Order: sequence, then C-alpha cells, then structure tokens
Amino acid sequence: MSNAKARMIARAAREIAPGMVVNLGIGLPTKVVDHLPSGFPFCLHSENGMTGIGPSLPAERADRNLIDAGGAYVSPIPGSAFFDSAMSFALVRSGRLDLTMLGAFEVAQNGDLANWKIPGKFSPGAGGAIELAQKARRVVVLTTHTDRAGKPKLVEGCTLPLTALGCVGRIYTDMAVIDVTPEGFALREIAEGLDPDQVIAATGAPLVLPQGDLPTF
Amino acid sequence: MTTLPDKTSEMEQAVAEIRDGATVMLGGFGVPGTPFALIRELVRQGKRDLTVIKNDANEQGLGVDHLLAAGLLRKLITTHIGLNPRAVAMLNAGEIEVEFCAQGILAERIRASGAGLSGILTDIGAETELAAGKQIVSVDGRPVLLERALRADVALIHADKADRFGNLAYAATARNFNPMMAMAADLVIVEAEHVLPLGGLAPDQIHTPGPFVDRVVHLQSISEEYGVVQR
Repeated sequence: MSNAKARMIARAAREIAPGMVVNLGIGLPTKVVDHLPSGFPFCLHSENGMTGIGPSLPAERADRNLIDAGGAYVSPIPGSAFFDSAMSFALVRSGRLDLTMLGAFEVAQNGDLANWKIPGKFSPGAGGAIELAQKARRVVVLTTHTDRAGKPKLVEGCTLPLTALGCVGRIYTDMAVIDVTPEGFALREIAEGLDPDQVIAATGAPLVLPQGDLPTF
Repeated sequence: MTTLPDKTSEMEQAVAEIRDGATVMLGGFGVPGTPFALIRELVRQGKRDLTVIKNDANEQGLGVDHLLAAGLLRKLITTHIGLNPRAVAMLNAGEIEVEFCAQGILAERIRASGAGLSGILTDIGAETELAAGKQIVSVDGRPVLLERALRADVALIHADKADRFGNLAYAATARNFNPMMAMAADLVIVEAEHVLPLGGLAPDQIHTPGPFVDRVVHLQSISEEYGVVQR
C-alpha cells in the first residue's frame, strides 16, 4: 500500500469516537481498525450478523462458522453477539448505526454516492450497501482521489447508478479530507507535500478552499 | 405425558419430495450456514428449472455453484454474486435470470412471508434503480416501496444442532438467513451437524422452534465444503 493511502486510513481512524457503533466496508475501510489504540471503546458491526468483532485470523486458526461480511475469518471478543440477517439490518435501518465507512466509484458534490454498479462492466449486486449508505447516521467515504485511469472520483453529478442520494458527509482520500457542504465540496485537510492546486486539478467539481489554515495529514 | 413428533428423515427421501421448477430458499452467507450436503443431493437428483433464493452465489466450486454448473438453476433472487465469476458470466450471457434485492430487505421479505404477511413498506432503494417496477405507496405523505413477501416451496436450512422435533440452534455467523427461511417455505428441510434427543436443546437455546420444520436430516460427516476456505 502507498504511503499516502496508509496516511489516509490512519487519518480516517480519528473519525471513530468512543461509544460508536460502526460498520466498515470491505477493502480499505476494514483496515481503519488497525489504527485504533488497544482498549478503544467502540462496537464494530458486520452485516452477516455480528457485533463486537475481534481481529481477523489466519486459516489455520479460523472457526469455519465465523466470518465477517467480507468473508474474512474473524475472532469474537468479550461481549460479542451473533444474530440473524433481519436483526442485523434492523440495527442499520433503525438508526443504531452511528457511522459507516464505504468505498466509492463516484461521489457527487451534493453527497450522492455510486459504489455498486458499473453498467456493462461490474454488476455483482449491492449486498447491504444501499441500507448502509441510506441509513447510517453518518456516512464517510474512503477512496483514492482518482480512479486507475486518473479520472476524478469526486464529481459534480454521478454518472453511475446511485447507491443512495445525498448520503455522504465526508470523504477521505489519499490527497485530502473533503466535506460535503451545502456549497459543495469543501477542502478541510491536505496530504503532506501536496498543494491545493494539485487537489483542485484531481477533483471533478469545484472545491471550496478554507479561509484560514489548511492542516496536513 | 404426550411427546413431540419425530421428524428425522433420510436425506435422499427428504430431497426427493422437491419437484422440478420449485422455488428453493438456501440459507447461508458465504460458506457459514449454507446447506452444502442438501445442495449436493439436489444436484445428484437432477432437480431442474429451479428458482433459488439465497444471499449470494457462493464461490466457484461451492454450494450454489454446483447448481449453476449443472444448468439446474433458472432464476436467482439474491443480494450479491460478485464472488462467483460463473454466476456473473451466466447472468451476462442471459443464461440465468437474476433479481437483486437489498440485503436486509431480502431478509425482511422472507421474514414477512414467514410471519404470514403480504409484504413490507420501506424507503430503502426508493430513489435507486432497485425501485424499478415496484409499487409506490404513500405513508404519512412519504413515498415508500411495497416490497412483496417472498415465499418458497422449499427451504433448505443448515443448523448446528437440531432435536428430533426440529427445534434448531445455529452456530456463530452461520445463522444469517436460516431462521427467516425456516419460517417461509411450505416444506422446510434441515440438515444438522448434531441431532439430539428431545430435551437435548434447552428451551432457551432454541433459535427456530420445531413447528416451523418438516424434516430433520443428520449430517453423517462434514465435507470439506464446510471447511475454512483457503485463499
């Protein structure tokens, strides 16, 4: 993993406050927990029916009945609970999920999120993404600032099928921390060594710059 | 004192009750909770033209994939098939029909039919393409989708423990869709790793009560399909 991505993940970990119930999407978001201090009090939720998720386990130590929603073998911790899929999403839809961190293909300046389908190329189904994006109390996105072809992922309007409308509060990328505001994308922090013009050039929508300091991460 | 009926059955006989063209619910989220042995028997008996309702399409070489490979599956109602390239390829080639459903809404549609209800009302996906073709109902002035209850002819369930009456307990994250599916089909067949005498499960430990269950099959051995996937 690039240094910039690692710093993005470390920065995103500060999003998690003590006491929160949190769901982390598959891929980069899952790695956020590695940056929380030992004993940090929060509750991790997995869609397949578990709260209180411990470290993932290598195959030789795995319990064949105990995975997270990404299929990784995980361990229980004191206080873990298992439940069925209806219960799992009842928790999500009823407002008990404080935060979800998701990946993205596109995020629009009004907070629309597209992260489940690229017509003609990638259509595996949304799994639980729609409910997480639509109902978590706060939705933040972790993503590279541009796709593999260098195209901006932060755009004026999504062109791909939407996961949920106006759901994204904040975006952590390898270049910047950006909030979705009524005025559009607002630059809050910048990766060390970059200047704002580079972020502006890599963003597909106008970027509101801060009046004062621009902290680095 | 009366006693509770014995529902234990042989796998071959239980699966023989399923007809071609049946709608079949399969428990499981990935490997845990998938009734691999019952699926193998379904394939062995060559039941065809099946509509399968399952969270996912497993991975290649596992579970649902055997139904796909044998050409026995006509339609899949699911939430995510990304881990099975064969399922994606068959969808793209038009060889199977796939209906995608949001994961928790799939669970609720199944639960609703298991609870004798006609459907649920939800705003999930109301502004996305998943809303296409669904009836919109106004509740307190807010548009919500009518998601119809999902019932099946047969549910194939994997339990950790069953007693002979069909009281069930599931292990860890192998519970997932199994409890709802065990309520939502006309014929509910359970494969269990342990079949206990009546009283072997404490009443407070039971996740699915026996009246929902029709057949209990004891898994004589746990095949490698149930094991830890080596990636």
